[in-house]
Amino acid sequence: MKMAFQQELWQPKELDVATDQLTRTEEKKELRIPAERAQSVGQTVGKPFVDNPRMICREVNVYYGDKHAIRQVSLDIARHEVIAMIGPSGCGKSTFIRCLNRMNDTIDGCRVTGQILLDGQNIYDRQVDVVPLRAQVGMVFQKPNPFPKSIYDNVAYGPKIHGLARNRSELDQIVEISLRKAGLWEEVKDRLSQSGTSLSGGQQQRLCIARTIAVGPEVILMDEPCSALDPIATGKIEELIDELRQQYSIAIVTHSMQQAARVSQRTAYFHLGDLIEVGQTDQLFTMPRHKLTQDYITGRFG
Amino acid sequence: MSRSIDIVQRGLKRRYRAERRFQRLGLAAIVVSLIFLALLFASIVHRGHGALFQTHIQLNVFFDPQILTETDLNAADYSRLVKEALYAMFPAVSGRNEKRNLSGLVSSGAAYQLRDMVLGNRAIIGTHQEIWVPADDDVDMIYKGALARDSGRLSKDQLAWVDQLHSQKKIEKQFNTAFFRSGDSREPELAGIWGAACGSFFTLLVTLALAFPLGVATAVYLEEFAPKNSWTDLIEVNINNLAAVPSIVFGLLGLAVFLNAFGLPRSAPLVGGLVLALMTLPTIIIASRAALQSVPPSIRDAALGVGASRMQMILHHVLPLALPGMLTGTIIGMARALGETAPLLMIGMVAFIVDIPHGFTDPAAVLPVQIYLWADSPERAFVERTAAATLVLLLFLIAMNGAAVVLRKKFERRW
Ligand SMILES: Nc1ncnc2c1ncn2[C@@H]1O[C@H](COP(=O)(O)OP(=O)(O)OP(=O)(O)O)[C@@H](O)[C@H]1O
Ligand SMILES: [Mg+2]
Repeated sequence: MKMAFQQELWQPKELDVATDQLTRTEEKKELRIPAERAQSVGQTVGKPFVDNPRMICREVNVYYGDKHAIRQVSLDIARHEVIAMIGPSGCGKSTFIRCLNRMNDTIDGCRVTGQILLDGQNIYDRQVDVVPLRAQVGMVFQKPNPFPKSIYDNVAYGPKIHGLARNRSELDQIVEISLRKAGLWEEVKDRLSQSGTSLSGGQQQRLCIARTIAVGPEVILMDEPCSALDPIATGKIEELIDELRQQYSIAIVTHSMQQAARVSQRTAYFHLGDLIEVGQTDQLFTMPRHKLTQDYITGRFG
Repeated sequence: MSRSIDIVQRGLKRRYRAERRFQRLGLAAIVVSLIFLALLFASIVHRGHGALFQTHIQLNVFFDPQILTETDLNAADYSRLVKEALYAMFPAVSGRNEKRNLSGLVSSGAAYQLRDMVLGNRAIIGTHQEIWVPADDDVDMIYKGALARDSGRLSKDQLAWVDQLHSQKKIEKQFNTAFFRSGDSREPELAGIWGAACGSFFTLLVTLALAFPLGVATAVYLEEFAPKNSWTDLIEVNINNLAAVPSIVFGLLGLAVFLNAFGLPRSAPLVGGLVLALMTLPTIIIASRAALQSVPPSIRDAALGVGASRMQMILHHVLPLALPGMLTGTIIGMARALGETAPLLMIGMVAFIVDIPHGFTDPAAVLPVQIYLWADSPERAFVERTAAATLVLLLFLIAMNGAAVVLRKKFERRW
């Protein structure tokens, strides 16, 4: 209750400021800054902000020691949307997405500044506990990383530690539903006790997705979830993402612009640690406003 | 296009030659080390197998009620029973010297054997019994052929008596149960390793109970929780240093701290275990840290990603994966502790202890110290017992290393 209240109080004021800022930068870029110099511009083109967002990021900076990996990124993640993050390798997509559930805490020398709010609560506040945060904001990693345990235990682990199931049959149910959602149930229902690592790479990735959704997160972060998958498995995952959108917010990092176009409603383009452009997916791919975005999506580099 | 494949072809022969050379070198190294190991084993077995058997002499003992007066059966003169039985077998023997020589054929342990029989069953008082008693170690050595008959250890008379016993089939080699069941003794034919084995067992139990949990906990803390700063660097350097400190230093520390400052009992497995735990700790810590480091970070990410706390991540995922490596390190450390003598000398575990220890504070010897003590003894019969004790120590080690392999197989997971 308290959080929702905070959010309402906070929301309109900040939004005004944001839109204000936005119109100004847009003018600046389009009118006065030549495209060649755009790289040096830290401000974002497009519409990084939405009404009634689930997550709000403001002026987020990430440093690995002295390396400034993410610069002044401000972005909202809406409810029931899939937001795709694209950009050339090493531009900081993974780094940014890992900020959203504080997975960067585990990296020595990684420092995050700025604000990231989940339902109005700054997740980098001192009193915020990362354990429930990560139950709320689940993550699927770039490389499939199932536990070296049985398929069943892989999926059941999260619900078990959070006490989501009252008894064994409830747990069985969670496992089955999660595996079904991840499109893996038919393939593994007869060998749930086999090791999760005995699956193929694509199956492992779907197992990791099942493991993530078993906890019932509200936001799911996916870091190139399909990079190890064949087109059929990719299709299944994309269907799953579309379905999950009904309940969750999803941020997905991808190198495939077709995929971004297929699954996402909004797309964010990163370049060397800057968030260059955010917009409706169809609009960003057909009419990019920024020169760098245009170069990237037309394949001139990256 | 064809040029690079030509170059590859030309180099190919050289590459395969190098590979074969390397393989042969490795094979040769293994063969050489196996030969040395086989030589070691063969020589120990060759020297030690004799100790498996002990010459016994059959006596017809009359449990004389006049000697075994009811008043004090414990202190009765059992050796007289033995002597009387011998005199009865060789009625021709007379004269004090001859009689002394004759009774010298039988071990002084025979008297204890009779006492135990009487105390166990008083009904045998007044009866005649055929009993096998251990022969004296010199008789044993000459009968087994380990000593020459003309070595001077036995007189002519004694040799004749032994021959007579042999023709009567009243002397024979029997399995040496005493060696596996009793503690140390001044008489080789009575000396056994059970006391030392028990001492080693209790000592290692203390070592394991202390060093394993402490070592693992230290490694987990340093690896997973401790901030990386100059303090932890300092600690790391010190731990690595401790691993290289000569073991005698730990003995000196034990003497100064555990015996003198804390007043713990001397020669006790408790103190031995404490000292060896200190010595083993660095090995376990280093091995455990290496094992923790080898757990792939993706597993940690996976656990944290579903909302496991740090403790849950470590207990549920990291430790099970690191356990095989930790166990290997622990068993290597324990094996070293099992073979260690120097630090134990400092805390009095080198004492001559006959009684078999029954607890952690009873005075005890350990296997390597027992070997050292026997190797130092002048009697010929101790030579084979030294080798046999070494064999037992090696069997202990093989069992421990086997356990390590089994445990590692059991806990090892592949991905
Ligand atoms: N643990 C780390 N320590 C230091 N620098 C890092 C670390 N992780 C990433 N970086 C740096 O931060 C920058 C962004 O890396 P990041 O992994 O976020 O890129 P990415 O956009 O996900 O690339 P890719 O598409 O190849 O996965 C890179 O320049 C990288 O070198
Ligand atoms: Mg990445």
